[in-house]
Amino acid sequence: MKRLILLLTLLAVPTSLLAHPILGFPRHRGVEPLTNPLYSESCGECHFAYQPGLLPARSWKKLMAPAALEDHFGENAELDEEDRLAILKFLTSNAADTTWHYKRSIKITRSLAEDEAPLRITEVPYIKKKHSHIPRWAVQDNRKVRSLSYCNRCHTRADKGAFVRAEVDIPGYRNWADLF
Amino acid sequence: MKRYAGTIAMAAMILTMPLAQAADNLVPQMQAQYQSEGAGDFSAERGQQFWRQKHQAEKEPFTRSCESCHGTDLRQPGEHQRTGKVIEAMAPSVNAERFTDAKKIKKWFRRNCKWTIGRECTPQEKGDVLAWLNTL
Repeated sequence: MKRLILLLTLLAVPTSLLAHPILGFPRHRGVEPLTNPLYSESCGECHFAYQPGLLPARSWKKLMAPAALEDHFGENAELDEEDRLAILKFLTSNAADTTWHYKRSIKITRSLAEDEAPLRITEVPYIKKKHSHIPRWAVQDNRKVRSLSYCNRCHTRADKGAFVRAEVDIPGYRNWADLF
Repeated sequence: MKRYAGTIAMAAMILTMPLAQAADNLVPQMQAQYQSEGAGDFSAERGQQFWRQKHQAEKEPFTRSCESCHGTDLRQPGEHQRTGKVIEAMAPSVNAERFTDAKKIKKWFRRNCKWTIGRECTPQEKGDVLAWLNTL
């Protein structure tokens, strides 16, 4: 019995280390899922609530400036100051360049020059490259998709921060993998 | 029997409690606030006219009105004219959540007035619009 307990303990220690959210190795795939209800509600009210790990902090700072929110890609997305600051803090402290335990965020950061601060996730070199081979008929001219900015229309587990190829389902083209 | 009386009374109280408390319609409260900010009496008719008024914008879409995104039948969901976002029905008779959240009322008046007419709405305009929408 004693030996069994010892064996179990020895097994349990490394597995608990592996599963640790930050010290875990190998690192997590994808980007970190959302953890802030105010962010999910305020931003997800209008569009897919993009995870902070999809852009560097310097991009989020530009996007969340009061004047920028007044013209947020053509829409007025002003927030009261308290909410704006709380959301800004969440975004910058979980941004791609402050994340090192989620692979996609690391790749996003590495693809950008240090002073580059894209306002659109679709302009991040890594994201751009990943989507460059997709023909227009599948996304832009596909009435059920329309734009790459609607992540979750094709990435079925985008809300979980998961963007693997195997979980892509392009509306109207279930067999997309055979087509391009 | 007597020793169960308390339990029975308690059970009766729980069973007769309303299942979910419907949130209050805040229109009267908001209107009182607008009046404290200088508005006079409110008119649903004026609110309806304001709602339907078309405005010119410098950017696309050049013609904007409340109707262009909320639709003409306010008991039905609307669709944003540019983004296609579905907007839940405005009429409180079909959408009980309408006008129950002061923060939301404030936020969307600010955003949508600026987007649609190019400036914030006056307390009078807001009260009139709420008077009109609340009749639906």
